Amino acid sequence: MTLNQISIFLENRPGQLAEITEELTEAEINIFALNIAEASEYGLIRIIVDDTDKAMSVLQENGFLATVSKVTSVGVSDKPGGLDAVAKIISAADINIEYMYSMIRQKDGLAYMIFKTADPEALEKALAAKGVF
Amino acid sequence: MGKFYQQETECMPREEIRKLQGERLVRIVKHVWDNVPYYKAKMEAAGVTPDDIKGLDDLHKLPFTSKEDLRETYPDGMLAVPKNQAVRIHSTSGTTGKRVVKYYTQEDIDCWSECCARAIVAAGGDENDIVQVCYGYGLFTGGAGLDGGSHKVGALTLPMSSGNTDRQIQFMTDLGATILCCTPSYAAYLSECIVERGYRDKIRLKAGIFGAEAWSEEMRHDIESKIGIKAYDIYGLTELGGPGVSFECEEQKGMHVNEDHYIAEIINPKTLEQLPNGTQGELVFTNLTHQAFPVIRYRTRDICVLNDAPCSCGRTHIRMAKPMGRSDDMMIVKGVNVFPSQIETVLIDQGYSPNYQIIVDRVNNSDTIDVNVEMSPERISDNLGRIAEMEKSLVAALKAMLGIYVKVHLVAPKSITRSEGKAVRVIDKRKI
Repeated sequence: MTLNQISIFLENRPGQLAEITEELTEAEINIFALNIAEASEYGLIRIIVDDTDKAMSVLQENGFLATVSKVTSVGVSDKPGGLDAVAKIISAADINIEYMYSMIRQKDGLAYMIFKTADPEALEKALAAKGVF
Repeated sequence: MGKFYQQETECMPREEIRKLQGERLVRIVKHVWDNVPYYKAKMEAAGVTPDDIKGLDDLHKLPFTSKEDLRETYPDGMLAVPKNQAVRIHSTSGTTGKRVVKYYTQEDIDCWSECCARAIVAAGGDENDIVQVCYGYGLFTGGAGLDGGSHKVGALTLPMSSGNTDRQIQFMTDLGATILCCTPSYAAYLSECIVERGYRDKIRLKAGIFGAEAWSEEMRHDIESKIGIKAYDIYGLTELGGPGVSFECEEQKGMHVNEDHYIAEIINPKTLEQLPNGTQGELVFTNLTHQAFPVIRYRTRDICVLNDAPCSCGRTHIRMAKPMGRSDDMMIVKGVNVFPSQIETVLIDQGYSPNYQIIVDRVNNSDTIDVNVEMSPERISDNLGRIAEMEKSLVAALKAMLGIYVKVHLVAPKSITRSEGKAVRVIDKRKI
């Protein structure tokens, strides 16, 4: 499934995550997935939330620099070889993965992974052809 | 009494110097009036003609020349001789389109070389010396200036140019260089390398002539004690012809201005009035002998003090203190002129917000420049690698603009402190 992901630019210093979570809590926004990528002096917090528009306006009102991009969530069986099966499909379709991380929640024995690729549509098509959603 | 390159001139009684300056001023003003329409227009606008200039006391009537004038007339609007009489140019480290080009006749180069020769002799040099010049050669005036001086003195010149420290040290030891000419920060770096490699006993250096950037007494003592030399300061600007406008003698208490070639004045940068010797103000210079490209009352923006008290070295030429700051926002970092506006131009060009902060410091006797840049909505991406690439291209663009490496720090929006709504643009932590 294609989802909206918010990436927020942060400097590497204490208290940065708390500033964001505080704003999102006040706006009653729930976080489904979270991932942090860091360079030496700055980083990105990537989140998937229940209300992207509301989260974006809250963040921007509070002076955070954030951007929305499309990512793909994929249900992976929560057993050995689960991710391998999905990775093989993506590889066979010749799609490059820019980055990936996992959702916080599990559902029906599936662990949900988030994939960022240049072409979310192509990825979704390739997975659907193999019965993966 | 020390040694002199041109004793008669360098030790001329002060009344005679003033008289000579007056005569040369009358002549040079007539020269620019006749040959540089830009100057003529400026003088007319100020209501002055060459007839009003009868001597040194009339200097204050003449309009000032600024860096902007020189940029406006780029490349040859201030040329005062037919171009075929000029034999060379040099240029400032400024950016493309904002460079200042100085032209020289052969006579101009000879005068300049003599000024540098005086500095070398004042530092104890003569025809038996081996002078290692590691200022840059090329458009920069440093290499050519000291090279010319060394030739006049009759010393053996090692035209090393800048960089390649291994080769510098190899020639220094193999050829037995006795006088080192370079920027003070490079001298500090070289002396560290010499000590680290255990070459302290293999070098024969006795003196160094260091200029083109500001340096402190602590730095002087540090270099002097590390490699056992006496370190002399030298001052100059490309706009005036290059190094050798003034130089230190063995007293090391101020730099003697070569007053037969330059008039030094101190003005109040706000009211533009002349200030008496001993008062702090902006340093202004007039070329007295330069034929190809004389500048009249050039505002250096350096804050300085002049001292006309007799010097025990025997030289009578007025001494200027080390410049103690700037009257504009220009910084000199690693010997290169840096204006905050240049950095701003690059930031905007590269799609960053014009909210930035420049931090200049000196670490281990070497200048550092850092720029904090607020991240902008145009530059944000979900891909960290892409942000890092844009940061890299920003560093490259700054290097291309300024000619020196600038360390960039991407910071969160609105994180740069603002006072009265305006960000503090430059923090200079150097204690010079």
